[in-house]
Amino acid sequence: MENRTKTPAAVSRRQFASCTAAAAAGFLMTACGPQRLYEVPRARLRTVIDEMEREYSAKYGKHVTVGDTPPMEGVLFAQALDISRCVGCRRCVYACVAENNQSRDPQIHWIRVLSMDKERGVDFTDADAYYNPETVPEEGRFYVPVACQHCRNAPCTKVCPTGATWIEPDGIVVIDYDWCIGCRCCMAACPYGARHFNWGEPSVPVEEINTSTHYLGNRPRKKGVVEKCTFCIQRVRNGRYPACVEACPVGARKFGNLLDPESEIRYIIEHKRVLILKEELNTMPKFFYFYGT
Amino acid sequence: MSTLRGVVNFLRAAARTVAHGNRLYWAWLALLLVFMTSGVAAYAEQMSSGLILTGMRDQVSWGFYIGNFTFLVGVAAAAVVLVVPAYVYDWGPIREIVIFGELLAISALVMCSMFVLIDIGRPDRVWHLIPGIGHLNFPRSILAWDVLVLNCYFAVNFIVVTHILYRAYTGRHYVKRFVVPLVLLSIPMAVGIHTVTAFLYNGLAARPYWNSSILAPQFLASAFCSGPAILLIVLQLLRRLTRFEIQDQAIWKIAELMAYAMFLNLFLHGAEVFKEYYSNTQHLLFTRYWWEGLNGHDRLVPYAWTALGLNLSAFVLFIWPAARRNAVLLNVGCIATYAGCYIEKGMGLIIPGFTPDTLGEIYEYVPTSTELRVAAGVFATGFLVFTFLLKIAVPITLGELASETRRERAPV
Repeated sequence: MENRTKTPAAVSRRQFASCTAAAAAGFLMTACGPQRLYEVPRARLRTVIDEMEREYSAKYGKHVTVGDTPPMEGVLFAQALDISRCVGCRRCVYACVAENNQSRDPQIHWIRVLSMDKERGVDFTDADAYYNPETVPEEGRFYVPVACQHCRNAPCTKVCPTGATWIEPDGIVVIDYDWCIGCRCCMAACPYGARHFNWGEPSVPVEEINTSTHYLGNRPRKKGVVEKCTFCIQRVRNGRYPACVEACPVGARKFGNLLDPESEIRYIIEHKRVLILKEELNTMPKFFYFYGT
Repeated sequence: MSTLRGVVNFLRAAARTVAHGNRLYWAWLALLLVFMTSGVAAYAEQMSSGLILTGMRDQVSWGFYIGNFTFLVGVAAAAVVLVVPAYVYDWGPIREIVIFGELLAISALVMCSMFVLIDIGRPDRVWHLIPGIGHLNFPRSILAWDVLVLNCYFAVNFIVVTHILYRAYTGRHYVKRFVVPLVLLSIPMAVGIHTVTAFLYNGLAARPYWNSSILAPQFLASAFCSGPAILLIVLQLLRRLTRFEIQDQAIWKIAELMAYAMFLNLFLHGAEVFKEYYSNTQHLLFTRYWWEGLNGHDRLVPYAWTALGLNLSAFVLFIWPAARRNAVLLNVGCIATYAGCYIEKGMGLIIPGFTPDTLGEIYEYVPTSTELRVAAGVFATGFLVFTFLLKIAVPITLGELASETRRERAPV
């Protein structure tokens, strides 16, 4: 033993320096490295999510669950909206706000309902998002609610410099709120105004917070990041309808699996007059508008 | 070891030079410092409250900051206007002032990165862009391309400038084999940075105002006006304030080049305006918002016509040899060019692109005082960097600032 301590270390200064550097780099790579939820391995995901749950529960003083239900094989989600039925009541807008913990002040709405002139048809240059009559529907107007169209050829995911937004295997376009740097390229790229930025610190009253969340969906967001509709990923991956579909008083919204030939959504696409918004942009939305009657 | 000592020596001498100056120099620094302080204070407020303190909203999600960024990328690219004749045609009078173009490019790039940094919602996460520890969405994202080319362009200019200055400081000529390839490389890169920045907008089919293939050439044309405009003023100031001799011939040549660039700029604009108005599709809305306003929303209209007037008068002044040789008219032309291109590329490019928004809503964006203060702070920082760089480069180029060894060698 004594002998060993006496022998001078065989480690040269250079070796020591490079080992230290390698260790430091290794530490950095694992500590701040692949934090992007897109590439966090399933095994580590749970620890990341537990951390989120702790953070949100502490913040709101009640137990917030963050789900991690993965996409299902053979499922491609799509929504269809019956323009001839929609009455423009905006119940979907507020159901969405409540379900998805959107900031109340500053106000964020993932769904924008546009009032349009029946004579002009679907024409955005004539759209009015701020209509406010005593009762709806108004004479001569029809309504087109617009949120994320969950494009198969999504311009927003293409332009993101950090890969913070992507299309899940079940077709839902999601955002990693912890990886987004807030450059807003995706907002410039989106042809549907579907993406919303947290210009200020988002606020949701504690008593109104929806504690049932998903790590790619309605978990609380922070200032300076982008958010948008996720087809209520926390619901649909667990076999429920999105909140807007449930809330619609006239049943204008239909939701289902595009890959299932027996689904209602497939029936609509195959039998009704269907249109998609800004078809010429080749975004290939999974959100269809149709005329049911 | 001796190289290291040399570098330390060089840095020390540079620091000494920067710390000495006449009253005018200190007054200028004090002025910049005032703007920088106010900028930092405004940015601190923006950090704590969020970008809600700006005029930007979901409808117009980029504004003054990104407009300035775009303009300054053009300024950085414009150094190439000097590099091309100097190295390719070996045109003497411009050759000696090339280094100032490169210093301007470096300062402009510093401002560019600051403008991007202050615009993003989470500056604390910028490291997410660094490949290895973060993730750079390359080659899909054009912003990722922009990050790469801007950094490379910065590196090339920085290396060339420091090499030339360091060699001059130690009394040696720069290494031709090393500098010339890098300078030649910087020519396509300058075109590249501005093209990529144009593609950032151009590639967005959601915004018809930008989604036109004329955008990149028009970016380059306006950059080759505005960059040299700043430089011409700087060169005249240098001539007056230092012993640096810059021939009139060089200045006139640059002014002439600017006239051609301005013609191209106006022509490309005209081509775009013709296409929009004559085809009269729904996409005309954006162009109309800029030139005549929409449904009473006409805050930008005076800017549009002012910019056009300034650009036209600059063109006339520079294409007319007698006018560009007149010291007063030359400077009027420079200021007109700078102001015209600045309005047209900042306000005129970004804001009409978003107005009306993709769902037809018209939100009239106006920068807030926070934005103006922060932006002024960034410009002040850029000017400070440029001032320091000039303060170091001019005496070295004149041979007034040199290392001890060189001074000993000099009398021989």
